[in-house]
Amino acid sequence: MSGTTIIKPFLRLSGLEPLVIRPETNFVNVGERTNVTGSKKFARLIRDNKYEEALSVARQQVENGAQVLDVNMDDALLDGEKAMQTYLNLLQAEPDIAKIPVMIDSSKFSIIEAGLKCVQGKCIVNSISMKEGEEKFIEQAIICKSYGAAVIVMAFDENGQADTLRKKVDISWRAYKILTEQVGFDPQDIIFDPNIFAIATGIEEHNNYAVDFIEAIKEIKQKMPLTKISGGVSNMSFSFRGNETVREAMHSVFLYYAIKAGMDMGIVNAGQLVVYDEIEPVLRDLCEDVILNRHADATDKLLAFAETVKAKDKVEVKDEAWRKKDVEERLKHALVNGITEYIDADTEEARQKYPKPLDVIEGPLMAGMNVVGDLFGSGKMFLPQVVKSARVMKKSVAVLTPYIEAEKEERRLAHEKSGTKNEEGAGAAKILLATVKGDVHDIGKNIVGVVLGCNGYDIIDLGVMVSADRILDTAKKEKVAIIGLSGLITPSLDEMVHVAREMKRLDFGVPLLIGGATTSRMHTAVKIAPEFDHGVVHVLDASRSVTVAGSLLNKEQKPEFLATIRKEYTKLKEDFSNKKSSKQYLSFPKAQANKTVIDWEHFKPVTPSFTGTKAFDGYDLAAIVPYIDWGPFFIAWELHGKFPQILTDEKVGVEATRLYNDAQALLAQIVKENWLKARGVIGFWPANSDGKDTLTVQAGSAREVRLECLRQQIKKAPGQPNLSLADFVKPASQPGEPGETDYIGAFAVTIEGIEPHIKRFEAAYDDYNKIILQALADRLAEAFTELLHEKVRKEYWGYVTDEHLTNEQLIQEQYMGIRPAPGYPACPDHTEKRKLFDLLDATTHTGIILTESLAMYPASSVSGWYFAHPESKYFGVGKIEKDQVVDYAARKKMPLEEVERWLRPVLEYDV
Amino acid sequence: MKTIQDCLKERILIIDGAMGTMIQRHKLEEKDYRGDRFKDWPTDVKGNNDLLCLTQPAIIEGIHREYLEAGADIIETNTFNSQAISMADYHMEALSYELNVAAAKIAGKAAGDYTARNPEKPRFVAGAIGPMSKTLSLSPDVNNPGFRAVSFDEVSAAYYEQVKGLVDGGVDLLLIETIFDTLNAKAAIFAIKKYFRDSKQKELPILISGTITDASGRTLSGQTLEAFYVSVMHARPLSIGLNCALGAVEMRSHIEELSQIAACYTSAYPNAGLPNAMGEYDEQPEQTAHFIEEWAEEGFVNIVGGCCGTTPDHIRHIAEQVKKIRPRQLPVVETELAPL
Repeated sequence: MSGTTIIKPFLRLSGLEPLVIRPETNFVNVGERTNVTGSKKFARLIRDNKYEEALSVARQQVENGAQVLDVNMDDALLDGEKAMQTYLNLLQAEPDIAKIPVMIDSSKFSIIEAGLKCVQGKCIVNSISMKEGEEKFIEQAIICKSYGAAVIVMAFDENGQADTLRKKVDISWRAYKILTEQVGFDPQDIIFDPNIFAIATGIEEHNNYAVDFIEAIKEIKQKMPLTKISGGVSNMSFSFRGNETVREAMHSVFLYYAIKAGMDMGIVNAGQLVVYDEIEPVLRDLCEDVILNRHADATDKLLAFAETVKAKDKVEVKDEAWRKKDVEERLKHALVNGITEYIDADTEEARQKYPKPLDVIEGPLMAGMNVVGDLFGSGKMFLPQVVKSARVMKKSVAVLTPYIEAEKEERRLAHEKSGTKNEEGAGAAKILLATVKGDVHDIGKNIVGVVLGCNGYDIIDLGVMVSADRILDTAKKEKVAIIGLSGLITPSLDEMVHVAREMKRLDFGVPLLIGGATTSRMHTAVKIAPEFDHGVVHVLDASRSVTVAGSLLNKEQKPEFLATIRKEYTKLKEDFSNKKSSKQYLSFPKAQANKTVIDWEHFKPVTPSFTGTKAFDGYDLAAIVPYIDWGPFFIAWELHGKFPQILTDEKVGVEATRLYNDAQALLAQIVKENWLKARGVIGFWPANSDGKDTLTVQAGSAREVRLECLRQQIKKAPGQPNLSLADFVKPASQPGEPGETDYIGAFAVTIEGIEPHIKRFEAAYDDYNKIILQALADRLAEAFTELLHEKVRKEYWGYVTDEHLTNEQLIQEQYMGIRPAPGYPACPDHTEKRKLFDLLDATTHTGIILTESLAMYPASSVSGWYFAHPESKYFGVGKIEKDQVVDYAARKKMPLEEVERWLRPVLEYDV
Repeated sequence: MKTIQDCLKERILIIDGAMGTMIQRHKLEEKDYRGDRFKDWPTDVKGNNDLLCLTQPAIIEGIHREYLEAGADIIETNTFNSQAISMADYHMEALSYELNVAAAKIAGKAAGDYTARNPEKPRFVAGAIGPMSKTLSLSPDVNNPGFRAVSFDEVSAAYYEQVKGLVDGGVDLLLIETIFDTLNAKAAIFAIKKYFRDSKQKELPILISGTITDASGRTLSGQTLEAFYVSVMHARPLSIGLNCALGAVEMRSHIEELSQIAACYTSAYPNAGLPNAMGEYDEQPEQTAHFIEEWAEEGFVNIVGGCCGTTPDHIRHIAEQVKKIRPRQLPVVETELAPL
């Protein structure tokens, strides 16, 4: 039995998931755009009854990191109660939004109560106050409590809004006594809003408003330590409306002091905040003077300054003033801002200033990287910026390395001479990273390496297609502290299980991290974690890798961290095995009987313009570029959002734009200087289905190739077919004119020639451009695929003639016909790729090689089948039962165990 | 006499098992349900188990006595559906108050007898408040996710009337159970608080029991267990727990989690396993008891019993297994923050 459990007096809220606000919770972002008084767009959508679209505003808030959603329907043209109820009821049906708690915001209590009646989670009421007297206040507080809501109390009483420090604290205290003593509120469920008023208005009495607010926070927190403080920040800078540079700086400075004083949450547009340390110093000083009311003429000075920035672009405010600072400051500035321009000279200067070259690394460089780490950790910097910082760091270290080596050598010789032993320090903890055997994808792994490197770890990156032996040998030899595995294709999952088993067999004691697109927490919990006892942790993305590595390498935190993970995974595993039995599956014959019904009698297959194959060698890159889908490019950089909206996104827009511009510049250079070569091959052949799941392809005069498809087996809703790709090709048994067969097509494309450029970037310590290049090569391969598919539809197969789709529509897959890839949801068996390559003679035409896991090398390659039938569509096979697998293995003439190994991720049963 | 709080400090308390399973054993027909009073009622009433409190009180009392004999400390009134919204299915909404009073009296009489026999082991009657047939967070119309078949005000009014009946009938506790939509439970809490405020009586202890509907670990309305707990904490319940939908095996990890986050006592009364292909429960009494014994040993629970498919035999075995096991200790609820 465990020891006594302790329940802490934290504010606890809930949507579908809990939100606990602890002392270490830095600052809770309240999403503010779902407010008709604050967002014109949202107000218009609600007035026009476009509730569906209005939901997307909420979704965007959640995606941008809102932890609580403020909903306000106070509009004279609206029936506020009805609008509140309609919107909240709809929200409840959206699990990705309803997961966070709601803040019901209205100046009319009837609207608040209407909202409280719609939400199952624990809400925040925004707000109640004593402006209509104590009796009303108590009545409203009792109602809020009966619904289980936390309340925001405005510092407002019968005499008006509290505008001085004294009044703010006194009114809050009075409300606190009433709520805790008469109404029975828990102190932690009380949130005070001590009123943020506009400052720098020109009216002298207003000058101290911000100071009063900040001081009020301190006093309230001291007198009533469990309560929380909230406020709407943008009011404060109202007199500078239209001048975003100044307003954002004011908000940043204000929050810097308010959060330090104890402000817990706020309605702010977090995406528009500038980093406090990065505000232009003159502006920051002026803002501080105004906010802290340090001079009588502070307002005038800030106004004068505001005039100078008004028309300017924000970027232009920056200047070269930082070059005049001392070398430590310059190094830090270069690291935080990712500027490589002066790094060699600055490093050299520092080297001469410090006694030893290593001191430069351990001193100013590490100090700078710590700042980067902190800013990234607190969400104030984004991944592309961190990678740029790493580039600066690596360049600087490269300048120092020869001197460090020389010193080492000197010491070694000295030791040799005097016969003593060399006791070099152990250095930073080593982390080994590798993409497992059979897999070639490494963009994500490279990013993780850079981010961990930035945090002071020594990264050993073994690259791609690394065998378990090599991983474990290296790990032993280098005494690494953590092993990290990455993979993108499904067979890599098995390889990871294998590595875990080997680690157990060989008695490894270091933890294993699992990451990559195909991995999941569930798979890790169910399949990998049980194989190795010293810690297996799934890492969702590069940002999380830092905290995970930190916890694992901290001796005190490690046991508890691993225990928590283990418990979580055990629960996941239990849930998983319980869950499995709840879905219903059809027997394979029944699933086959429920195939897609297509009226083949009236279907006229279109004959392609040729049969056999056609190769493209060195296709014009410039023609491919317009087909690029930029969305995944940003995802690779952990910038989430739709393209092109992401470029103007409140939170990541600036960084996304910068990254986009850098990528465009590199892309232009790639095209102009022909760095890469697009190669591809397509082919068409007569084909028929057997009415079940086999497609017979006439690959030559006497050559038949049989393609085997997998069929959905989960029990579908009435009228919904159990899909298989074979359904989309005309059955041979169909009555029809002799010779009227159907067709199937295939393609393989690649982007060749990336290696020398990668090597060059690596030599220049330029991870930033290396990762951009890798991501661009992937995009180009996909774009080339899109381009060829369009040509296939319109020309080579020619089954559509009047298609006019924009790139946007192409990305949304609005075209007719499909191009599913072996190994992906519609045809999850990678081994069919061998037949595809065989039919196309793809390796000869394109140079693409298949690895033992059937990944394609080069990594930027795509292959798949073409289906032309208008009813063909993308789908996922989902889980399948043993009866189908047995039949499939027999059809493929492969041993059942081998088929099961390849299909393991889609098997409904345990092997 | 000892209060329930006194008893909870001393030992693990036993709540009774399924009412429906026991009623089924009597193989009652339409005419038995109707009795004399409803012989001309315009709609069929077979299956309205709560009605039996008026038409077959002896059967209901007999079932209560079987559970008391088996060792139950807490018995539930036969009022799972006794509020106007569920009763409307039989056009019996006007009977809601009467049903609750009658059910509370039947249970009270049986429990009173057993308490009198052994005052050292007092028995308590919990007024059972079920989830009702309509939900507040879910739309019955898939094409219109914003639609609701019932309003919060209607639900809380129905519960208010039920609570009044149960309290007037003399129950000792109020048990909001089988919660699969937290908003319905919040309406019940709202009604209870309002009733005691309005009637100026001392509030009875509230027991809350949610339902995790499948292995995803969430309620039907989509909340995680902790989110559910946070959403009903304001009731200041005597206990929080889980019942129905899952057997003891499937419930284990959830009750473990709850035992770590709950500031109050915890309860758990699972089904007798998961239903077999015929929809019957066939987990044997000693099996159920064995699983629950293990939870008790781990210190997860304060109140245990059974839900669908469990019988007096199950309860007897459970009571026997846990009687010597120390109950879960209440957590320390801090009211101050540790100095930073």
